Amino acid sequence: MSVPLSLLALLSQGPAYGARIKAEFEARTGHAFPLNVGQVYTTLARLERDGLVVPDGGPDDEGRIPYRLTDVGAQQVSTWWESPVDRSEPARDELVMKLALAVATPRVDAQAVIQRQRAAAMSHLQGLTRAKLALTAPGQPPQPASIPTPTTLSDQVVLEHRLYAVEAELRWLDHVEELLHRAGPAPAASAGPAPAATPPSGPPSAAPASPNFARPAPSDTRH
Amino acid sequence: MTEPILQLVDCTRVHGQGETVVRALDGVSVQILPGELVAVMGPSGSGKSTLLNLAGALDLPTSGHVVIENQSTSTLRPDELAALRRRRVGVVFQDLNLIPSLTAAENIGLPLELDGRRVSEARRAAVGALHELGLDELADRYPDQMSGGQQQRVAIARALVGERRLVLADEPTGALDSVTGDGVLAVLRARCDAGAAGLLVTHEARHAGWADRVIYLRDGKVVDEAVAR
Ligand SMILES: Nc1ncnc2c1ncn2[C@@H]1O[C@H](COP(=O)(O)OP(=O)(O)OP(=O)(O)O)[C@@H](O)[C@H]1O
Ligand SMILES: [Mg+2]
Repeated sequence: MSVPLSLLALLSQGPAYGARIKAEFEARTGHAFPLNVGQVYTTLARLERDGLVVPDGGPDDEGRIPYRLTDVGAQQVSTWWESPVDRSEPARDELVMKLALAVATPRVDAQAVIQRQRAAAMSHLQGLTRAKLALTAPGQPPQPASIPTPTTLSDQVVLEHRLYAVEAELRWLDHVEELLHRAGPAPAASAGPAPAATPPSGPPSAAPASPNFARPAPSDTRH
Repeated sequence: MTEPILQLVDCTRVHGQGETVVRALDGVSVQILPGELVAVMGPSGSGKSTLLNLAGALDLPTSGHVVIENQSTSTLRPDELAALRRRRVGVVFQDLNLIPSLTAAENIGLPLELDGRRVSEARRAAVGALHELGLDELADRYPDQMSGGQQQRVAIARALVGERRLVLADEPTGALDSVTGDGVLAVLRARCDAGAAGLLVTHEARHAGWADRVIYLRDGKVVDEAVAR
C-alpha cells in the first residue's frame, strides 16, 4: 500500500521521528495527501512489527523515538521504485456508472447529463490552471531551463495529475457526446434493435443498450 | 461600463449557394471584454475557424455584424479593414503563414513597417516580442532555419507585437511539446491580464483551461458555454 511504502521511502534518507516524517511526506507529495501524526505512528508500529523499521536509539529529551529502515525495509523500498504501480483495476467511478446508466435509461437526457458534467469539469480545469499559474512566477512563462525547488516540483506533479485527469474526463465526455450524436436523436422507446447505420432522416435509432433493456436478464427468469 | 473589445452580434456566415450551401456559422453572438480570454471548442467543421476569421476582420458575416473596438467590419472599405487588421488584431493562424524570405524579426516587424513605423522601431518591437517568448536567439533566422515549434512561437510573437488589444489564435500550440505549449498560453494569458481580449480556438480542454470562458460550437451554433468559477 502506498502510505507505508512512502514512509519507508522517506526513511531511506535517514532516521526520523513521526512528526518529522509526517511533515516531510506532506511537503514532498504536493500537500495533496494530509496525514495525522497518529496515523504515522500506527503505520510505524505496523512496519516495526513486520521487521521493516526499528527504533534508532532511545527517546530524545522530548520523548520522540526516531526510526530507521532495516535491510528488509530498504529492500522493499528498492523493489517499490523498480516495479510499476498496478493500475489495471478500474476504480468504481460514480460518473462512469451514472453516464452508462443514463444512455441506457429511457426518458433520461444523457446529453444534458454530459453538458452539466462538462461545465463542472471545465470550471474545475480552469481553477486548477489558475492554481498552476500561481505556482510559477507570476507573469513569467514557465521556462524549461529553470529548475524548481523540490517542493514546487512535487506540487506541480500532483497538480498536473489532476489537470490531466480532468482533461481526460472532458475528452471522454466529448467522445460519448459524439457517439450519442451519431446514434441519432434522443432515444425514444424503441421496440426491436435498430440497424447500426440509420440515415439522419430515418427513424430514431435507440441508444446502444436500450434494445436489451426490456428483455429480462437470464437470472430474472429462474424463479 | 467597460466596452467590449470584440463583439459578434447574431453572426451567420454562409458559403456557396443552392444545393451546396454551407452555414459555417449560424446566428452566433459573442462578446469579449478587455482582460478576457475566451476559448472556442467544437468538433472539426463546427465553425471555429470561421468564427475566428470573422473576429479578425479577415472575412465578413453574411448577416449580423462584427464590431472591433467600436468599428463595425461590414461598414469599412477594404483599405480601412486592412489597417484595422494591422493595428488592432494579432492572429496566429492554424497554418502559420510566415513569409519564407524574411527573418523571424522581419516577419514579426512587418505589420508595424506596413503601418509606417521606422525599420529600427519595428526591429526593436520584434526583438521585444521574441524576448517575451524566450526566443532571443532566433531573431535573424529564416523560417526554413527553424524547427516547426520555433516557427510556431515566432508566429505567436508576430501576433503579440505592438499594442494590439485583440489577439486571436487558432490551435497555437499544435507543434509544441506540452511544457513549451504551456509557456505560450501563459504569455497569451498575461497579455489578456494586461488588458487585451483573446480568442483561442482549441481542440484541447487542457488549453481551454487557461480561458475565462469556453464556448462550444456544433454545426455553426453555440451549444454550450462554461465559465470559470
Ligand atoms: N470557403 C469555404 N467554402 C465552402 N465551405 C467552407 C469554406 N470554409 C469553410 N467551409 C465549411 O464551413 C464549415 C466550418 O468550417 P471551419 O473551418 O470553420 O471549421 P473548424 O471548426 O475550424 O474545423 P477544424 O477543427 O477542422 O479546423 C465546414 O463545413 C467547412 O467545410
Ligand atoms: Mg479550423
